[in-house]
Amino acid sequence: MMAIDAPAPAKRLEWQLAEVRGIMAETYRVKTLLLELARPLGHQPGQHVDVRLTADDGYQAQRSYSISSAPEDKLLSLTVERVTDGEVSPYLVDELRVGDRLQLRGPIGGHFVWTSSTHEPLCLIAGGAGVTPLMAMLRHRDQAPRPAPALLIYSARSLADVIFRDELDAMARRDNCLSVIYALTREQPEGWQGHRGRIDKTLLATSVTPVSRLSAVYVCGPTSFVESVSGSLVELGFDALRIKTERFGPSGS
Amino acid sequence: MDEPPISRGFKSTRAQPNLGNRVPPGQHVTADFPILSAGPTPQIKVADWKLALQLGGRLLRVWSWDEFETLPQTTIKADIHCVTTWSKLDTTWQGVTFDDLLNAVGLSEPPEPYVMAHCDGGYTTNVPVADLVGGKSMIATRFDGLPIASAHGGPARLLVPHLYFWKSGKWLRRIRFMPKDERGFWELRGYHNYGDPWKEQRYDGD
Repeated sequence: MMAIDAPAPAKRLEWQLAEVRGIMAETYRVKTLLLELARPLGHQPGQHVDVRLTADDGYQAQRSYSISSAPEDKLLSLTVERVTDGEVSPYLVDELRVGDRLQLRGPIGGHFVWTSSTHEPLCLIAGGAGVTPLMAMLRHRDQAPRPAPALLIYSARSLADVIFRDELDAMARRDNCLSVIYALTREQPEGWQGHRGRIDKTLLATSVTPVSRLSAVYVCGPTSFVESVSGSLVELGFDALRIKTERFGPSGS
Repeated sequence: MDEPPISRGFKSTRAQPNLGNRVPPGQHVTADFPILSAGPTPQIKVADWKLALQLGGRLLRVWSWDEFETLPQTTIKADIHCVTTWSKLDTTWQGVTFDDLLNAVGLSEPPEPYVMAHCDGGYTTNVPVADLVGGKSMIATRFDGLPIASAHGGPARLLVPHLYFWKSGKWLRRIRFMPKDERGFWELRGYHNYGDPWKEQRYDGD
């Protein structure tokens, strides 16, 4: 699995200025920042950037955020969830304004990436804000002339917590090679036809298998979510080497 | 690079008194122990676990769990630093130092200048031997006095606390000596080849 091309001679990922061109409220604790960069990153879907903020006393803090825009999009978008007791995300979600500037560098990460040139069936499994890098993959896939079959299983607390819902529904309506399954864990609207409760082995066994055992599988979400879902997939017989994971948040231990 | 823009209203919300010079640039201290892995967590039974030490095409030694547990045990207390910017202070690990591993196979000095650590799930990471000897690293089997949880790399992981923590490969299975440096998993995917947190060597070219 290590057979990839040797890297080009090292060139430093320099910090650069990004200007906020737009801010969109996705849910009550998630916003998307639309950023204009002097030097576009040329990222692959699934990659992230480091964002650095500087206080007026010189204090700096940096954190990583997944890119939610496709490489084809004009502006770079970061979709950020406010982390309780966080230091950087509350500022990005609550204080940042259009016209503000911040520093970022990237793109970072050469593993949790997918491009439509691979033609592999794609299986994406998201928990909460973990949908962010997967959205970059879906938006990229949506612009491909003959997109590979894809499945998104997306777990959120309630319908109000589903990020990108209108766009995902619109994508799925016009593309019969794309299925989107929502799992609502805490609160379901009346007459809810989707999955109730967490993504469990039964849901995975019935929904993932039809796509193909050969799918590239990407699982992104809070640590406990990724541990549970990726563990279930291995128990169901999926090849652990084809399951790519990205975890965030507290370990829960 | 231009002067960084000041984010009006942004300030530190973390009180971190008396840490002196223990936190490398760009890092912040966490009390948690976050879990970051490229794939599913392998569930490895110690009965199935083996550790191999390899030189060229030759296995110098393969230890079963029980054999490995008879090697001299050392405790290392160290601060650890993840490239994703969290640092955790005063972590306590127990295991077998790289020096004791060499002694166990009768090597008075390392036969080659580099090693590749091979781990379950296809993960690899490269480390210069100079960063492993002299008590600087161990194959750890206990964290805080207890067996290492599988999500944190148990039953055995490499521990090289003075480098970014991706160098401390989880689920260690084989240590291979190399005459020339080769790049491991993240080192081939944009991360720094050496990874010194004090020089903030996060990504290639840093």
